[in-house]
Amino acid sequence: MKAEWIGAVAGGMLALCAASAQAQQTVNMPIVIELSGAGAVSGTNFRDGAVIAIDEINAKGGILGRRISAPQSDTQSNPGVSRAQVQKAIDGNPYVILGPVFSGSVKVNMVLAQQAEVPQFTGAEAADITQMGNDYIFRTSFGQQMSMPKIANYIRDRLKAKSVAILWVNNDFGKGGRDTFSKEMAARNIKVIADVSTESGQVDFAADVVKIKGANADAIFVYTNEEESARFLREARKQGVKAPLIGETTLLGQKVIELAGEAANGAKGHVGLTVDAPIPAVQAFRDKFQKRFNYLPDHNGIKGYTAVYAVKHATEKIGSFDRKLLAKTMKGLTIKPEQEPGILMEATWDAKGDIDRISFLAEVVDGKQKIVTILPKLGK
Amino acid sequence: MLLWQTSQTINFAQGEFVMLPAFFVLAAMKFGGLSFPLAILAGLALALLVLGLLFKRLVVDPIIRHGVLPLVISTVALAIFLKEGVKEFYAADAQAFPAAWATTNLALGPAVVSVQNLVIIAVAVAAVGLLQYFLGGTRTGRQMQATAQNPALARILGIPVERMILYTFLINAALVALASFLISPIYLAKFTNGETLGLVAFVAAIVGGFNQVRGAIVGGLLVGVIDNFVAAYWSSQYRAAIPLFLLIAVILFRPQGLLGRAEERTV
Repeated sequence: MKAEWIGAVAGGMLALCAASAQAQQTVNMPIVIELSGAGAVSGTNFRDGAVIAIDEINAKGGILGRRISAPQSDTQSNPGVSRAQVQKAIDGNPYVILGPVFSGSVKVNMVLAQQAEVPQFTGAEAADITQMGNDYIFRTSFGQQMSMPKIANYIRDRLKAKSVAILWVNNDFGKGGRDTFSKEMAARNIKVIADVSTESGQVDFAADVVKIKGANADAIFVYTNEEESARFLREARKQGVKAPLIGETTLLGQKVIELAGEAANGAKGHVGLTVDAPIPAVQAFRDKFQKRFNYLPDHNGIKGYTAVYAVKHATEKIGSFDRKLLAKTMKGLTIKPEQEPGILMEATWDAKGDIDRISFLAEVVDGKQKIVTILPKLGK
Repeated sequence: MLLWQTSQTINFAQGEFVMLPAFFVLAAMKFGGLSFPLAILAGLALALLVLGLLFKRLVVDPIIRHGVLPLVISTVALAIFLKEGVKEFYAADAQAFPAAWATTNLALGPAVVSVQNLVIIAVAVAAVGLLQYFLGGTRTGRQMQATAQNPALARILGIPVERMILYTFLINAALVALASFLISPIYLAKFTNGETLGLVAFVAAIVGGFNQVRGAIVGGLLVGVIDNFVAAYWSSQYRAAIPLFLLIAVILFRPQGLLGRAEERTV
């Protein structure tokens, strides 16, 4: 009886040791992301891109010998839920947090990650996210202060427009974009003659298109999320809008083209990231993503993928899993594809956590995004 | 409204009922490999089965005997179940839904009219006309009206009341399927569509008059026109609030709705 008891205790201790060893062999990188609600398209793409990178890295032995563990949680595209999910992720002692994508969610949850000194890699684009003195927030896509000057130059130089109408979504992403874009227009003496706000998740754009069309602007700038962009494009086609429709990645993305169908043809603008970029590494990523998930990724897929590889590269550079050191190392870091193929394109993070890399002017032709011009990094 | 008149059923899942048939069609195309016309037929058949027959047998019949309020709560639960079910088992993001007609435009002088909108108006008018003809011009329709007005007397006169109520549920299912097929090419198919549609339909029915089919039509037109005029010519920010002000005004000053009939009950 006594021997059995000793055996059970020894077995238990062995199991505990094994579990402890197992825990030591993993690094916790939770993905807190929009898997439902208005941001489901963006969030699912980001998550799937990150999952591919994590599986690739784990297949090669992980980061510094540790496998990545990436539990996923759904923010439901709701800032309040996202805050709770980030707190839950922090309770699990993460090395970094991946996501979310929606600016409104990031603004309310990034303070938690900052207080816990956990680096957070986000796909959010609202300009002010990196202007709040948070040393732990890093973007994997352009902020609006980087992309809007490029769009403004395009409208002035290529379209020769003297007036624009703006249609924007009334959330943090849309408001930030609208404010930054309006400033850039004023700086170039281009008049904003219609300013139409829409709601996140809005389904009926008939009245908005009537208003925009009636303004008779030289160009229409559309800054809504993907699904709303697709609905707007369909309605604009129905009402025979002739002015050029200009936008960012959320107007020219693959999901928008898929949802809007032929109504997407003719849309143009600036895309910070695109899977149709004429870069072999990006195209290889697109192919493996489509093969695995059976749909074409949009720019958010690349955001998730590069976030994981940026963490890997920076961690291997510092040689340990030190969160503070990782945040410090990311400032001013440039990662080239020769050093880290998973980064896809050379990328530099500045002192505020903003990313800089090449970007593209694109238009939708025959249901496909066509890259017209490659724009250099702003820092070059 | 049809359901309310024949079986005192208030269905808070009506918006989700409009959302669901589009996903039946998409699922029939994706998993069943059916062409779009066949998938539409399959979607209609599934809508009749699930949203007509099964809804009546599994939800309404067992609960209605406990009163209207438990049924209201049950349909609220059903709405959540349908919404989350689509999200879980099909997709959380919006899906493109094919249009069964041309998406070109007609130029009428300076105005551009979408063929799609004309088709939707034509189909909606035809559906309402057919429904009115069926209810007023056929024997079965008149039996359904008799059932709605006085089920006890209808039963004494030999009308199969239970069967008439079932017909009402099937007609309701066919109408929501039709609405779903018409609206999804524009709104895109998404699990949350029912929230918007259900609220608007409810407001329209109360404004127009809950106990009159023509009241619902007038209410729907009024709410739609006011919503769009406000957004186009006044403020797109406050567009959602105006129909609700209209709802409050109608409840305060004409609770039976613009075309509704005042009903008195013994309490």
